[in-house]
Amino acid sequence: MPAPVAVRRRTRAGSARIRFGFAVIAVYVVAAAIGPWLFRYDPVGTRTADRLKPPFTRLSDGSFAIFGTDQVGQDLFAQMLQGARISIAVGLATLVLAGTIGVTIGLAAGYFGGWLDGVLMRLADIQLAFPSILLAIFIAALLGPSVVNVVIVLAVANWVTFARVARGQALATRRREFVDASRTLGAGTWRLVTRCVLPACVAPVLVVATVEIGHVILAEASLSFLGLGTPASTPSWGVTIANGRNYLADAWWISTIPGIALAFLVISLGVLGDALRDRYDPRLRSL
Amino acid sequence: MTLLSVRDLRVEFATSGGVVTAVDGASFDVDAGETVALLGESGSGKSVTAQALLGIVPKPAGRVCGGSISYDGRDLLAPGAAKGLRGREIAMVFQDPLSSLNPVFRVGAQIGEMFRRHRGASRREARAAALDLMQRVGIPAASKRLDDYPHQFSGGMRQRVMIAMALALSPRLLIADEPTTALDVTVQAQIMQLLTRLQSEEGMSLVLITHDLGVVADVADRVVLMYAGRVVETGPLREVYEHSAHPYTSGLMASVPALDGPRDRLIPIQGSPPDLLSLPSGCSFRPRCQYADAVCADVEPDLRQLSGRPTHRAACHHPEGALTHAH
Amino acid sequence: MAAYVVRRLFFSLFVLWGAVTIIFVVLRLVPGDPAYIMLGPDADQAQVAALRAQLGLDQSLIQQYATYLANVVHLDFGESFRLNADSMSLVLQRVPATIQLATTALLLSLLIGLPLGVIAALRAHSWVDRSISVFSLMGQSTPSFWLGIVLILVFARGLKMLPSAGSGTWAHLVLPTITLALPFLAILVRLTRSGLLEVVHEGYVQTARAKGLGEGIVVLVHALRNALIPIVTVVGLQFGALLGGTVIVETVFAWPGVGRLLIDSIGRRDYGVVQASILLVATIFVVINLLVDLLYGFLDPRVRLAGD
Repeated sequence: MPAPVAVRRRTRAGSARIRFGFAVIAVYVVAAAIGPWLFRYDPVGTRTADRLKPPFTRLSDGSFAIFGTDQVGQDLFAQMLQGARISIAVGLATLVLAGTIGVTIGLAAGYFGGWLDGVLMRLADIQLAFPSILLAIFIAALLGPSVVNVVIVLAVANWVTFARVARGQALATRRREFVDASRTLGAGTWRLVTRCVLPACVAPVLVVATVEIGHVILAEASLSFLGLGTPASTPSWGVTIANGRNYLADAWWISTIPGIALAFLVISLGVLGDALRDRYDPRLRSL
Repeated sequence: MTLLSVRDLRVEFATSGGVVTAVDGASFDVDAGETVALLGESGSGKSVTAQALLGIVPKPAGRVCGGSISYDGRDLLAPGAAKGLRGREIAMVFQDPLSSLNPVFRVGAQIGEMFRRHRGASRREARAAALDLMQRVGIPAASKRLDDYPHQFSGGMRQRVMIAMALALSPRLLIADEPTTALDVTVQAQIMQLLTRLQSEEGMSLVLITHDLGVVADVADRVVLMYAGRVVETGPLREVYEHSAHPYTSGLMASVPALDGPRDRLIPIQGSPPDLLSLPSGCSFRPRCQYADAVCADVEPDLRQLSGRPTHRAACHHPEGALTHAH
Repeated sequence: MAAYVVRRLFFSLFVLWGAVTIIFVVLRLVPGDPAYIMLGPDADQAQVAALRAQLGLDQSLIQQYATYLANVVHLDFGESFRLNADSMSLVLQRVPATIQLATTALLLSLLIGLPLGVIAALRAHSWVDRSISVFSLMGQSTPSFWLGIVLILVFARGLKMLPSAGSGTWAHLVLPTITLALPFLAILVRLTRSGLLEVVHEGYVQTARAKGLGEGIVVLVHALRNALIPIVTVVGLQFGALLGGTVIVETVFAWPGVGRLLIDSIGRRDYGVVQASILLVATIFVVINLLVDLLYGFLDPRVRLAGD
């Protein structure tokens, strides 16, 4: 008898969530891609006449500041668009790097097994047993704030989940007959791995990536807030919010509004990630 | 005296593939002190029937949507009725004792829980009662094993623990859902002997749910055969075994190897088990039946008493087919 | 159980050793002379020379490592250059404040998170469940530094109900605790809900119902007790995120704990203090995980006692 399930009104699991998630993220991506081109932001410019203006103010040069201006008179909205670009770019770069490192390590561990697997997984255990944000702070403290450093640091902190997924796939595929068949036919290791194992990894890795990218973006913003992420001159959301702390009494919007944008993006990524995971591989829930 | 009376029971499940009628009009009786075997393959609806008797059909997917269950004159389908009798008058033993016993509680505590929760017994009293029960069901060194956890027992011992738990409050009706399926063959016999002994000691009725004809042969007074959610044949054990009236039953009998007598070829029932999401019209067994004709495709057969045999019923338009080709 | 405890103990020590080694490796891997990194590019020559001697930078890498390990074991991280005190002592002074904050946040999360998770599981797929899930997602996605600032804006500056910084009274504890607890609470709600939902289909839950036990007992005694086992393990891992969160929360609320010391020291290039604080927090984390492992062994008799 087919497994009983509560009757749901929706047709396929989570399609509304997937559409919602994609829609919101698309808006952010488009805003990040073309926004800064439409709304110019000059990182070193100051317009003291327009300092600390609240949202919906018309500025001295006639432009309209939807979200107000910051402490040097720059339009907050333009800043946020730049910040969106930074957050998304850092998030993607980190995931690509973490994914590459993680999948490589995971494939090696799962495919070759033996002592290599043992060593690599011990390494993963140590990494997990150590709060990643501390490692990130330490490395960032030594390397200094820069975009590249942030990407490296966050990638190092996040490769483990990818490694686990890849290792699981490698273990599962290794046992299947067609791998043995190919090997008998003389296929080399490289070919086996890329043809047989790697494709199976794509779907779960993508699901993991979507779930993880929200955490990465939050982590970058947190590091930037602490002064350990992107340099103080770049208008990433974390930096903007940190700068706004000094002006809470006069201009609450500087710290508040970018945070709303950040939270909303991360929430949408979370909704999308969950829905994708529910749809394609509920087993990943334990990760 | 009829203790339990099931009439036209219908249970539906909402599944990802649609609504499945797991039990579609089942009717049978259980008298006081007798052993009734509920036979059928997986998917026949026998376990769901048992769940319905106790009122533990998994919600929200499952739903009793028709029929009646009457226990000792009381309507078991009334809200709260089954709940009040669970564990006290009607008890159940499940198939896999490893997953059916709570792994984090000691065995003595799990048995004793019956006394503590239902009778308000103190911890000491409950422990003593649990010890007594464990000895009755034949667990050696019971006093030491009271404080062990389920995973520390062997399969057969675990099942004895389950039986002890079920017997705790001296129920009048015990339902055993595939009690020996997960056990080794040698242990199976022991457990069946235990069940029959306890049944006569307690004078309770036993509903034995199984797919294994052999397990039932020495034990049951009457059998109820289910197929695709419906009762297809019911009657005294010997009658049904030797004079099967439904083609499914006779097919089952023919497919069981005989340990005595000449070794014939085993004749399986042709066709495959029914898909509950798309049952054939008329009689559900029709695609696999050698006696089927047009009537069988149009009209669903009712459970009818066979001529000359008052206690033997079959749901078949052509029972004479199976009867004449007696094995 | 004894074997299990010993194994977990060894693993914890192994992790600590790994952390220490990673710090050593990173310090050496970073381009540039470690002494200049630690003191700044325009540091006093004499100080640099002294530090180089202390770090043994002229010796071979292995010898440096040995010296380093020896120092760590003696809790010797050198003196804080700016504050003129022993690094580790400085850190240890701040530990109670951080522990207070983290513990309060943990308790708050347990008190609210567990019941919410149970309710969500019991009313799965209802509007109650959906609202709780939405709340949980929002809790996990909200940047805590931003939340802290918003809470300060609303409650400290706006309503003037609570102080915005510092410590000392119960009132000071409220906002930082809420900020720190929220992401942890959100994850706890999720875990409890999914853990309970998985367990609810297990055979022994059906048995418990068949025994005639009330639904409340079935869920809260039989089901939850089993669901807690995997939850406890993940909670231990998430505790690391909680500790990491103290760094941010202490910075936002000027709470005098280890996290704030860490960030300030980074700003002052006081790397002795930086190392000491990171290792201390890591140690706390490892100890907590060890305790969680022991708790797990205690909760699951299949681990505690050799089965058949």
